[in-house]
Amino acid sequence: MADTFYDVMRRQGITRRSFLKFCSLTATSLGLGPAFVPKIVHAMETKPRTPVVWLHGLECTCCTEAFIRSAHPLVSDVVLSMISLDYDDTIMAAAGYQAEEILEQTIEKYDGQFVLACEGNPPLNEDGMYCFQGGIPYLEKLRHMADHAGAIIAWGSCASWGCVQAAKPNPTRATPIHKVLNKPVIKVPGCPPIPEVMTGVVTYLLTFGMPELDRQGRPKMFYSQRIHDKCYRRPHFDAGQFVEKFDDEGARKGYCLYKVGCKGPTTYNACSTTRWNEAVSFPIGSGHGCIGCSEDAFWDKGSFYDRVTDVQPGIESTADRVGGTLAAVTGAAIAAHAAVSAIKRARDTKGAHTEKGGA
Amino acid sequence: MASARSEALRQAKALDGAPEHHVEGLVDHSMMRAVYVYEAPVRLWHWVTVVAMIFLFATGYLIGKPLPAVGGEASDHYVMGYIRMIHFIAGYVFAIAFVGRVYWWIVGNTWAKELFAPAIFSGKFWGGFFHQVKWYLFLTKEPRSYVAHNPLATLAMFLMFGLVGLFMIFTGFALYSEGLGQGSWADRMFGWVIPLLGQSQDVHTYHRLGMWIMLLFAMIHIYMAFREDILSKQSIVSTMVNGYRYFKD
Repeated sequence: MADTFYDVMRRQGITRRSFLKFCSLTATSLGLGPAFVPKIVHAMETKPRTPVVWLHGLECTCCTEAFIRSAHPLVSDVVLSMISLDYDDTIMAAAGYQAEEILEQTIEKYDGQFVLACEGNPPLNEDGMYCFQGGIPYLEKLRHMADHAGAIIAWGSCASWGCVQAAKPNPTRATPIHKVLNKPVIKVPGCPPIPEVMTGVVTYLLTFGMPELDRQGRPKMFYSQRIHDKCYRRPHFDAGQFVEKFDDEGARKGYCLYKVGCKGPTTYNACSTTRWNEAVSFPIGSGHGCIGCSEDAFWDKGSFYDRVTDVQPGIESTADRVGGTLAAVTGAAIAAHAAVSAIKRARDTKGAHTEKGGA
Repeated sequence: MASARSEALRQAKALDGAPEHHVEGLVDHSMMRAVYVYEAPVRLWHWVTVVAMIFLFATGYLIGKPLPAVGGEASDHYVMGYIRMIHFIAGYVFAIAFVGRVYWWIVGNTWAKELFAPAIFSGKFWGGFFHQVKWYLFLTKEPRSYVAHNPLATLAMFLMFGLVGLFMIFTGFALYSEGLGQGSWADRMFGWVIPLLGQSQDVHTYHRLGMWIMLLFAMIHIYMAFREDILSKQSIVSTMVNGYRYFKD
C-alpha cells in the first residue's frame, strides 16, 4: 500500500495542527466553503500519494522558481517532496541515465495514474532538434509520458499558449502542448503562474480529481475573472480617473492605469485577488499596468503601454490609425467625388439648355 | 405641386403590394410615379439604428481612448461608468433593432428582402452593378432607376452593414459577457467568440476596426443618398422618411 499524503507530511515532521491549517487554507484558496475542509482532510489522509512528473521543454524555469516560493511553505514542501521523489530535472538529485530511468519506473508502477506537469513547450521545427533531452527530442519524451499519464497540467504560458519562444516569427515553431497531445490538458497560464494557483491546482487535482475548466481549458476557480474585475483601482476606472503618463499627478494618486496600457481588462488571472509574494503586491499595486502575461500570444499584441493595440499582421498600426486614415481618405474622396459630380452636372445642365435653346 | 404629390400617393397606394416585375429591375416610368417601398417597420429600424450608431460610435471611441482624467474623489464621479452604460444600452438597441429587421426581412414586402439576400447569381444583378460603378466613375450619363436599392448599394449594404453589423453584435456581446461573468446568458451565447478570434485583446481590436468600417459605411451611405437624391431620377432621402419613392420623369 502506497503512502498517503498525510503519511508523507507526518514523516516530514509536520504536526497534525499544521496539516489541518493547510487543509483549511487550501479550501479557502480554492473558493470552497468550510464544509469542504473535512473532505480535503479525509482525502489527504486516505488517498494514496499520486506521483507527479515534472517535465521541462523550451522554458525559462520561471514556473519552477515561482512554485518553490509558494506563500504557504507547507504547500510547496509537501508537493515538492512528492515531486522530487519522482522526476523534475531542475531540482532532483539524480542526473543522466539514473534520472531518465525514473520516468520508466514511474510508468511501470503508476501507469495511467501519475500527474504529468509540463513546463515549457516542444519546438517542432527541424524535427524537434531545438530541445533535445536524453538523446531524444523533447516532443517524443512528452508524448511518451503523456500516453501513460492520468492527468496533464500545462504550467505557465509556454506550455499553455507558446509564450515568448512562440512569438512571431516563432523560428523554432514552439507549440503549446495541447496541440501535440490528444488528451485533455489543464492550462495554468501566466509568466509565471501565481505560485498559490499552482499549488492550489495540484492539491485540487490530487484530492478531488479534474477541476472544472473554462472554454480554453483553464481551471475556473482561478481564471474565470479578469484582473480588471477585482482590481482595487477599478473605482478610478469607473470614475474616469486615469494615469495619463507615468509619474504624473494621477500616478501618484493611484489612479487607473488603463490609459498607459494596462491589460487588466483583457487578462484572465487571479493576481488582483491572490496577489504575489505572500500577497504583498502585484504589478498594478506597484503602479505598473498588467502586461497580460497569462493571455495567448501576449508578446504579439504590440506595446505593453498602449490600450488600443496593433493590428496584426504587418506594419505596426493600431485600429485607430488604420480606421482614422481610412476615414480621412474616404472623406477626401467623397468631397472630390461630390465636386466632380457638381461640376459635371452644371456642365450637363448648361449643355442641355444650350441644346434646348438650339432646338 | 401639392396636388401632384397627392395624386402620386394615390397611384402608389393603388400599386402597393406591387407586381413581381418590379423586384429586380428597371421601372417602367410611364406606368408609375411613386411606389411605397419602405414600410413603417423598415423606416423605424433605419432611424433607430442611426441614433444607436451615433451613440455607439461616440461612446465606443471614448471607451478605447478615454476622456482626460477627472480630479477629486473617485466616489464623486462615474464618467467611464456612464459612457460604458450608454454604449451597452445603445448596443442592445442596435442588436434588437437588427433582429427586428431580420424578422421584417421574412415578413416584409419584396424590397425589405433585398438587404439580406443580394441576387449575386443573377447576370442582371451584375449588369446593374457594373452600370452603377460606371455611373459613379462618370463614365455613363444615364443613371438607372430602381424601386429600392441599386445592385451596388445592395451589395454594399449587405457586406458593410449587414455582415459587419452582425460581426459587431457578436463581438460586442462577447466583450459584454466578460463583464457579466462566466455562466451569464451573454457568456453562454457569445462567449465562444473570444477564443475563436484569439483572446480578449484581439476581440477588442477587431471590434474597434469594425467601428471604423461602420463609420466609413455611414459616410459613404449618407453621401450617396444625397448625391443620388440630386442627380438620379428618383427620390432617396425622403423615401426613408415617408416610405414613398418618387420618380422624377
